[in-house]
Amino acid sequence: MQNRRSFIKAAVLSASIAAIGGLPAGAYAADTIKVGILHSLSGTMAISETALKETALMTIEEINAKGGVLGKKLEPVVVDPASDWPKFAEKARQLLSQDKVAVTFGCWTSVSRKSVLPVYKELNGLLFYPVQYEGEELEKNVFYTGAAPNQQAIPAVEYLMSKEGGSAKRFVLLGTDYVYPRTTNKILRAFLHSKGVADADIMEEYTPFGHSDYQTIIAKIKKFAGEGKKTAVISTINGDSNVPFYKELGNAGLKAKDVPVVAFSVGEEELRGVDAKPLVGHLAAWNYFMSVKNPENDKFIKMYRDWAKKAKLPKAESVVTNDPMEATYVGIHMWAQAVEKAKSTDTDKVIAAMAGQSFKAPSGFTLKMDETNHHLHKPVFIGEIKADGQFNTVWKTKGPIRAQPWSPFIPGNEGKQKL
Amino acid sequence: MKRIFLLLSLVLGLWAGSAGAALDPAILKGLASDDFDAKQAAVAGLAAAGDDADAQRLLKALSDDAVAVAGERVVIVAGDQVLDAASGAAIKPAPANSESISLNNSLRQQVDGALAALRLFSTDTAERLAAARLLLADMGDGAVLLPLLDKALAHEQDPVIKDILVRLHAQASLGSPDAAVRLKAVQELGESASPAVKALLLGLLDKQGDDFAEPDEKVRLAAQTAIKAIDGRLAWSDTAGQIFTGISLGSILLLAALGLAITYGVMGVINMAHGELLMVGAYSAYAMQALFRARFPEFVDYYLLAAVPVAFFVAAAVGMAMERTVIRHLYGRPLETLLATWGLSLVLIQAARLLFGAQNVEVANPAWMSGGVQLADNLSLPWNRLVIVAFSGFVLLVVWLMMNKTRLGMFVRAVTQNRPMAGCVGVPTARIDTLAFGIGSGIAGLGGVALSQIANVGPDMGQGYIVDSFMVVVLGGVGQLAGAVWAALGLGIVTKFLEGWAGAVIAKILVLVFIIIFIQKRPQGLFALKGRFVD
Repeated sequence: MQNRRSFIKAAVLSASIAAIGGLPAGAYAADTIKVGILHSLSGTMAISETALKETALMTIEEINAKGGVLGKKLEPVVVDPASDWPKFAEKARQLLSQDKVAVTFGCWTSVSRKSVLPVYKELNGLLFYPVQYEGEELEKNVFYTGAAPNQQAIPAVEYLMSKEGGSAKRFVLLGTDYVYPRTTNKILRAFLHSKGVADADIMEEYTPFGHSDYQTIIAKIKKFAGEGKKTAVISTINGDSNVPFYKELGNAGLKAKDVPVVAFSVGEEELRGVDAKPLVGHLAAWNYFMSVKNPENDKFIKMYRDWAKKAKLPKAESVVTNDPMEATYVGIHMWAQAVEKAKSTDTDKVIAAMAGQSFKAPSGFTLKMDETNHHLHKPVFIGEIKADGQFNTVWKTKGPIRAQPWSPFIPGNEGKQKL
Repeated sequence: MKRIFLLLSLVLGLWAGSAGAALDPAILKGLASDDFDAKQAAVAGLAAAGDDADAQRLLKALSDDAVAVAGERVVIVAGDQVLDAASGAAIKPAPANSESISLNNSLRQQVDGALAALRLFSTDTAERLAAARLLLADMGDGAVLLPLLDKALAHEQDPVIKDILVRLHAQASLGSPDAAVRLKAVQELGESASPAVKALLLGLLDKQGDDFAEPDEKVRLAAQTAIKAIDGRLAWSDTAGQIFTGISLGSILLLAALGLAITYGVMGVINMAHGELLMVGAYSAYAMQALFRARFPEFVDYYLLAAVPVAFFVAAAVGMAMERTVIRHLYGRPLETLLATWGLSLVLIQAARLLFGAQNVEVANPAWMSGGVQLADNLSLPWNRLVIVAFSGFVLLVVWLMMNKTRLGMFVRAVTQNRPMAGCVGVPTARIDTLAFGIGSGIAGLGGVALSQIANVGPDMGQGYIVDSFMVVVLGGVGQLAGAVWAALGLGIVTKFLEGWAGAVIAKILVLVFIIIFIQKRPQGLFALKGRFVD
């Protein structure tokens, strides 16, 4: 009784103060915890990132419906950096110094992450990055809920080289021209060398962001594949260039049986924009597929479908879930758990509390945040594209594996695995 | 030990349960297994038992992804019915829970190869031919199919099919232990022009340690000769393919730039919103597709035909509105025009965002534009590219006829060459300006329809084409349609050759450097014409 009365008192008091003083909206923050969402809602990356914003909003609503965090509601602050890398830094600074968010969930491309890093370091902010990436980075202010190369790229190539995956002997490394594909391909090249693949059997190609004419590249791949030995393509093409790439692949009649393409940035969401029939059998490696069957995933998919209907998303009846969405979902829940544990939203206290957090994820595994390296332990799935744009899991790891953000295949990385 | 007993009793149970089943239960057990090797063995077993109707039915079902495991039982799902995989008898009641058996690429290849090989014995000639062609494109592991091919070759009467079979047989017998057989096979394969065959032959020359994959020196020499012969045949189709991709890119550049060749080239308006007019055209195609899907689903394949006039008129209307409200007041002030039209482009992008959302929208290729024609083993021309090349030729023809054969075209040329004199003889110059700008914009809209078939349709798609369009017009020579045509084709082919040689990123840089140098040396472009902006 006492409690309620003092609560009412406080509420009346603060309301009257706000009324009298005409306090700025910022004062409202005392009753809520602000959470920044930093994803491109327009431009070349919007195809991938818009769904992450929706997932974040959905998860925040889910947490709020259960009473919020530390008894306070979460208040999302959504900004649109418009696929413009310098703008990411600008918007990040706005979130941290103007909106005073406790944490930010955001970024997709590595170039955008690299762009905001100095801001988060300078202002001691907290960023959750939900997408698989190239590694070679470990920042105190960032938690990486996507895969490091050894949790996605390396197992995928190992699969292609296995008898089951078609015993590929020659590899085309194809990517968009920026830091993620370049670094991943550097790691993969070193890995392939360690497996005895010669440089003559590796072809590396890059295209600019938003490239839409893949005729020459497909012709080159055909020619390269025609020079003997089984060839596979490893694609790190990002954003909406994937649509013309796969269209051209289908039209040119390059079948997955002859030259399989394994992609690291193509998931269910990207395949919604293309007719998947010519792509049947091409592969993707992720840590989650929508087609994985378990109760957690059923719940997750249903929640997102309901959210899409409620938020009136375009084509709400056919929305899909994908790996970075799952990583966003896991990230937000882990952050909420860590805040409860730390009893504070202070950046340093939350970072300390994050170590060892675990969460039962829609992938069907209980994922753990590593004690020392800010990365999740994740299972790896390899799936083949089906005609309906979903994936058919053809290979998976027995359990979650620990991330190696600093790839052992790049010299000089020994002893860098901890923060 | 316990498991073996279990398996044995299960096998016996199955045996007893499905009277008359011809399939080896071990095969079914293998199919249901999670182990890749077991599955592979099972599929090979099915292929070997190929003559059997039950095996054929199961292979067919596997290739259609219609096989499932219900409990311990392997079943075929055919519509509402569930059939027992071993006997083909319908199971009633249908099992409630079944998990479908999925094949990965290598198993699928094996299944399809076995199916095609079985169809070689069909009584229908067309079906045999189709099967032989399918195998030629993709045989998988030839050694498995060799006995089947032997048998088919003995039976075959049709000369065309027999030819293909001889080649298939040669391919399959490359692994024969008899060097003479291999030599003969290699010599026969030298007649082909297929990259797949070349790959096979190259495989023979592979070195493992100090030993070649092919132990016999004579066979290796023959293989080298054969590879050279195949290379010669492949070279021309390679070049032809490269030229075609160049022409295709050129036709897209032309469609994007043709409208600009009128508004900038002929009228002298620096229209930074030109790319957005392309975007308007592409969204018109999207809107027509949505309309057809909702109203006339049976004609959805023909939405593009309707989109062409719609895009023209919508883009022309937007262009004329721009001219009437803004550009008209800025004639003769290029800098202000540049800034004002850039502002207009931002307005149009934002308008598209509000109307259609910030995300790209999906514009599907109609069925008649998907796939391609196979001209040679390593040269297939995609239909959507072919249609766009033809379409750009058509648009060019229409523009040329309009500019040179109609009264309106004559007026436009007259106003361009001498405005005061045209006015004196009664040409309504202001109205001609509006109409000419509208036509230029409408053609940009047509370009947008073509782009919607190969590129992404989104609010800022136009930004990617504005630089290319200006490049084409400036290179071709301001004021000339013919210049734009040559410049577009030239840039297309040069870009594609550079891309093949140095990669897409470097090619883009080299093309820009080339244009800068070219414009320094020849500021008037490829073709020069005097117009009112010149004097």
